[in-house]
Amino acid sequence: MLSPATRTVLDVRNMTVELPSGADRKYAVENINISVKAGEIVCVVGESGSGKSVTAFNVMGLLPRGLKTTQGQILLEDDEDVLKASPERLRDLRGTRMAMIFQEPMTALNPVMRVGEQIAEVLQIHTDMSGAERRKRVLEMLKLVHLPDPERLIDAYPHQVSGGQRQRIMIAAALTLDPGLLIADEPTTALDVTTQARILQLVREMQERRGTGVLFITHDFGVVAEIADRVVVMQKGHVVEQGTRDEILRRPQQPYTKMLIASVPSIKPPPYVAPRGDVILSAKRLNKTYGKKGFLFGGGRVVHAVKDVDLDVRRGETLGIVGESGSGKSTVARCISRLVEPTSGHIEIAGQDMSKLSSTGLRDLRRTVQVVFQDPYRSLNPRRQIGASIIEGPMNFGLSRADAVARARRLMGEVGLSPDALDRYPHQFSGGQRQRICIARALAMEPLLLIGDEPVSALDVSVQAQVLELLAEVKKKFDLALLFITHDLRVAAQICDRVAVMKQGEIVEQGTAEALFANPQHPYTKELFDAAPGRDFMATLEPVA
Amino acid sequence: MTTDVANAPAEEAPAPRRKASAIRGALRNPSVIIGGVIVLLIALLSIAAPRLGTIDPAEINPAFRNKKPGAERTIRNDDGTQSKYEHRFGTDSLGRDVYSRVIYGGRVSLIIGVTVAALSIAIGLIIGMIAGYIRWLDGPIMRVMDGLMAIPAILLAMGVVSLSRAGLMAVVIAILIPEVPRVVRLVRAIVLSIREEPYVEAAITLGTPTPVLLFRHVLPNTIAPLIVQATFICASAILVEAILSFLGIGIPPDVPTWGNIMAEGRSLFRVYPHNILYPGIFLALAVLAINMLGDGLRDTLDPRFAKRV
Repeated sequence: MLSPATRTVLDVRNMTVELPSGADRKYAVENINISVKAGEIVCVVGESGSGKSVTAFNVMGLLPRGLKTTQGQILLEDDEDVLKASPERLRDLRGTRMAMIFQEPMTALNPVMRVGEQIAEVLQIHTDMSGAERRKRVLEMLKLVHLPDPERLIDAYPHQVSGGQRQRIMIAAALTLDPGLLIADEPTTALDVTTQARILQLVREMQERRGTGVLFITHDFGVVAEIADRVVVMQKGHVVEQGTRDEILRRPQQPYTKMLIASVPSIKPPPYVAPRGDVILSAKRLNKTYGKKGFLFGGGRVVHAVKDVDLDVRRGETLGIVGESGSGKSTVARCISRLVEPTSGHIEIAGQDMSKLSSTGLRDLRRTVQVVFQDPYRSLNPRRQIGASIIEGPMNFGLSRADAVARARRLMGEVGLSPDALDRYPHQFSGGQRQRICIARALAMEPLLLIGDEPVSALDVSVQAQVLELLAEVKKKFDLALLFITHDLRVAAQICDRVAVMKQGEIVEQGTAEALFANPQHPYTKELFDAAPGRDFMATLEPVA
Repeated sequence: MTTDVANAPAEEAPAPRRKASAIRGALRNPSVIIGGVIVLLIALLSIAAPRLGTIDPAEINPAFRNKKPGAERTIRNDDGTQSKYEHRFGTDSLGRDVYSRVIYGGRVSLIIGVTVAALSIAIGLIIGMIAGYIRWLDGPIMRVMDGLMAIPAILLAMGVVSLSRAGLMAVVIAILIPEVPRVVRLVRAIVLSIREEPYVEAAITLGTPTPVLLFRHVLPNTIAPLIVQATFICASAILVEAILSFLGIGIPPDVPTWGNIMAEGRSLFRVYPHNILYPGIFLALAVLAINMLGDGLRDTLDPRFAKRV
């Protein structure tokens, strides 16, 4: 191998990309300099809209239409300027000297092509190997990325393999021709935390073994701490700060970097204070099965989404349900809010049995249980003014319009927004603001129990911290019971008093956040903790003031 | 992935006025303009038919049969005076004026097109919303709709018309029945995707009663695709009416419709092509214009759908 420390595989010099007129700023990225050496992982971190993806796409020559590079150079291995390359030359370069993996392994693979064919495509285009040679090489690559049973997998279709395996296949395809540069655009964001840990390990391994330079785009400081050699922090199209991982994470110089790092929730929960409020929610042996009864054809397959779940939440207390996708945590929330009917079980809200409710009784339940949903872009009707959304609930329960509007105005102040914004439409607000509006809408019903179904997962880390703070604040002020669903242990540590860990529909462990985080008992909980990216590193960080 | 790129300009951007810009966008689309202008012209022609130098389209003149376009004859006016009348499109085998018949024929076509479109959208919307929202009714309703779609439209029309007295109403019903399932499918598909939207679930948790929920949160999402669908139904209804009339099972032959005129001219097509040519041109033009209007509206009102097709 060449001496990896000296060879530069990517050098972005003074690059400026112009946005189309009418955008909120003139440049997508302005005058940025980033370089990646062979055998080095450079993480580009930033919040949404910081220009990190534009940078990655421009290096691949995949700039979206409407955007234009107005100055700068993108040098590959010091000799080839991507920006000056012809489309034919670019096609040659992709795959052979640079490759990219994407966020959504589901959509990055062609669903009607066998896995092996998709990897072999690279060889077919760029080499003159025979079919048998290609197959042999593909099998080697599949083995290299630690896919189980490559002989079988090579002929599988993408829908037959899991998300993590798909990402491995993408990596195998990207690295088949040993490109000097690998661009990874949030490759683990769509994956579960345990899968993410394995993929990060694989990227690390590939980069070490083959001396590939990696440009790794992410928004997650945990991931940065886990794999970065050097870090580039971007904000609104500018490089705010760059340096080695230790420099950036331990001694950040710029206020923006400091703010970002301070926003990362610490994995140490605050000490547990036993709540004294009465029990608001009590669920016993809650079950939900999905499956067809088999009318005429097929059927009979039953999925046990929630299995014998016992929960209770007191007034003023936050119970977190933590689990990976498919663990049934959202189904629990949906059963309690009766968006789906539980198959069996017993739910009591404020001492009232909810399982045998008539439809009028259910309406009362609606008032006492409110939900804040994950996606702030879809949880408000885009065609209605936010005021109309907030007063809808109270007016359903007989409040006059004037009273409802007065309440909405008061709540807007409560969630940190201007009461005068009630006549605006959802698209006029940012994600964090919309989530505040959703909280106001839930509070307008004066509920006893507030359910947050991944309410901060779609938000940038700095916004996430603010929304979590707001949730804790309203919980205290309105003396609510809070049921908080999340996949992120760090978020759970920050807001939850008690935590229940779910796996495959069952609660495997439940306890106070303090005890659970300090000393997890169940093997699965331990695995989750070990998988949390950058855990060891972040734990050693000095709290940034 | 590209979400960063896509979201960057949208975040905190000043509010574009959605509705106003959608209408303005539609008015800038060339196929909306061309299609719209032609439809408007045909509609005006039909409405103003008596004032466009036409004579009674049903008047038979055995002495003046099968005249080529441009033939002139003297007609007696109501007040007893006489004047020359030019048969611009010639006359048919009963001596009726083809020009007058074509212009009047547009009335029947447009009435049927618009009525069928409006009725099928209205009925289909209601059934589709019910099928999409009330889960246990979905299966039964959709199987009935599948059954309706399995009956060939022309055969169904023949059945309906032969069961009742041939007339406008019978033809409208005959064309309507096979169109409704298409609207139901469209509406149901939209409702099924919209009901999963978190804002609909949020409305459920706010205790919004189901009818209000459907009207307030679900219905607005169906309007744009339905407007587009309505234009296609309108065009297809006009065509089917012409086919039925041409086969002699639609509107009674004495009523001028484009299909009837063509049916009448069929036997002498080789000698006197004008009998089929003129109504044919109008029919083709009307259907083409309405379809262009629909295509243009789809591109501007419903870009998601446009990309998919």
